[in-house]
Amino acid sequence: MSLIVKNINKTFTNFPALRDVTFEAKSGEFIALLGPSGSGKTTLLRLLAGLDTPNTGEISFEGENYLKLNPRDRRVGMVFQSYALFRHMTVAQNIAFGLNVRPVKERSSKSEIKATVERLLKLIQLEDLGKRYPSQLSGGQRQRVALARALAINPRLLLLDEPFGALDALVRKDLRRWLKRIHHETGVTTIFVTHDQEEALDLADRVVVLKSGKVEQIGTPLDIHSNPKSAFVFDFLGSANKAQGSVKSGVAQFDGFSAPVIGAANDGDYVLRFRPYEAQLSRGGPGLPVTVTAVLPAGSTLRLELTGTDGALFETQHTHGSEAQGFQVGDTLRLKPERVYAYA
Amino acid sequence: MTGQPDTAATEPVIPDHFQAPHPAKGTTRVLPGFKITLGLTLFYLSAIVIIPLIALVARPWEHGWQGFQFVLTDTRVLHALHLSFITALAAAVVNAVAGLAVAWVLTRYNFPGRKLLDALIDLPFALPTAVAGIALSSLYASNGWIGSITEPLGLKIAYTPIGIFLALTFIGLPFVVRSVQPVLAEFEAEVEEAAETLGATDFQTAFRVILPALMPSLVTGFSLALARGVGEYGSVIFIAGNMPYVSEIAPLLIVIKLQEFDYAGAASVGVIMLAMSLAILLVLNITQRFFANVGSAK
Repeated sequence: MSLIVKNINKTFTNFPALRDVTFEAKSGEFIALLGPSGSGKTTLLRLLAGLDTPNTGEISFEGENYLKLNPRDRRVGMVFQSYALFRHMTVAQNIAFGLNVRPVKERSSKSEIKATVERLLKLIQLEDLGKRYPSQLSGGQRQRVALARALAINPRLLLLDEPFGALDALVRKDLRRWLKRIHHETGVTTIFVTHDQEEALDLADRVVVLKSGKVEQIGTPLDIHSNPKSAFVFDFLGSANKAQGSVKSGVAQFDGFSAPVIGAANDGDYVLRFRPYEAQLSRGGPGLPVTVTAVLPAGSTLRLELTGTDGALFETQHTHGSEAQGFQVGDTLRLKPERVYAYA
Repeated sequence: MTGQPDTAATEPVIPDHFQAPHPAKGTTRVLPGFKITLGLTLFYLSAIVIIPLIALVARPWEHGWQGFQFVLTDTRVLHALHLSFITALAAAVVNAVAGLAVAWVLTRYNFPGRKLLDALIDLPFALPTAVAGIALSSLYASNGWIGSITEPLGLKIAYTPIGIFLALTFIGLPFVVRSVQPVLAEFEAEVEEAAETLGATDFQTAFRVILPALMPSLVTGFSLALARGVGEYGSVIFIAGNMPYVSEIAPLLIVIKLQEFDYAGAASVGVIMLAMSLAILLVLNITQRFFANVGSAK
């Protein structure tokens, strides 16, 4: 294990930001810290960078106690959400900053620094913009400069704090693909903070889900996606339909039908959850009685909004051209989940 | 649904009383009154600044060029001008450094009494300059609290250029602090943190990252302090002693000439000061523009 975070507690004035956080990262691994705002993910990143110190706990990197090192000596590349570029320096000067402030003995020669800057400009595909100032760049370009500046010091650990937070959807998608490539090329251990579950599952080798300063679940994207450990993780990863039901010996019992259940081991009454794309709609047969309130054809799937008899709201997703195409607002249908999740 | 025939829905219906909106006239700004405000600005600047300056420039010539030249070459005048500009420059330089430090402490640290200290900065603005002058001269005179200590050690402050320098330092401090403070307060902490994670020492962060960003406002504060120092009269005359060729400042010389009814001579000194001040402000303005341009789109 290259990065080990153990039993970290961090309290701001009367407010516990992190509680007993433990996780590890293998060398070269891409870890996403996923959670809603206020879950402590940025605080955790700042602890890794050394910009804050935990109250208790351990952080070590390749066997070295990180907490004893100040930020300068940790050799972490940190990319801030606000970019935090040096406004009075050109793009090239920004990238070279980390190399120019090294002690004279360790500093590379001028020509070496210039070569590094040129190589990084090429990597971020801004070869011709080295002489521009940050204010002359677009948001996406600034973010790439911030990343190049962090990579220039040849970091042992790359920390990204919601790097695409301030950008529009198309640029985000583009940068996401690009970041994946950069990580592949450099192979540097990377910790990535985001509140966007799609971004986290797309990019990371493993995802750490945080909730109010506590680790809720750690796993591969597939793991997290197909086997959420708690109602919080399930709800955070995507839309959730909820229906009252009971579980008896591993099978969810509804009024007149049953469905396989994931999660709860004990029998009893539960709020059962299921995904919009894991449910069948039909004009008759077993299922929850629902009425179609909206048909939403935009996007990669056909989405239907439904209302149950007790006023509960449901959403389903279908492939375009499936029989769901025929349903119209006002139709009374039967909704039958294929599998449900139960959490205590 | 309202009972209209179906055909009506296919064609746009324009009511008979409908009128097209007026085409936009002139500039389409949100705030109106550009002409009025520009007129007011020009009138105000003329009345308050330009016309008095023209009157000043027109005044010295009743004895012709020779009269002006006579004042210009008078060693007493030259000495006073030299003293005024040098002490003002020295005070502005000291204030640029000290004011930066004060602004830094007031924005970066939280300590009991910070708000009070912050309010105190404005005192040299608010205090009548004569009051400041009397306070300073009684403090630094040979029988004052500080003067009685320094004078036996051989350092005479009151009635010397050092006293003038001290008075101008007192007067100029708020200009630097108030210019730098807002910029420093808005400086993103993350930029400093970025510098730190990139391996910069505190010293490198201060001089390579923070100071360049502060430079335009620091130059502004410096030029304001300098301009105020050159023209300062009230607080200086009490502590200066006003000995010709030693501690006589140019504004005082103007007053002396006025008392002797030498209006042309007084205006001559005024015109020379005006020209020098303009030249200095011009240079500082160019410097400031240079710093402000760095990092912004050209």
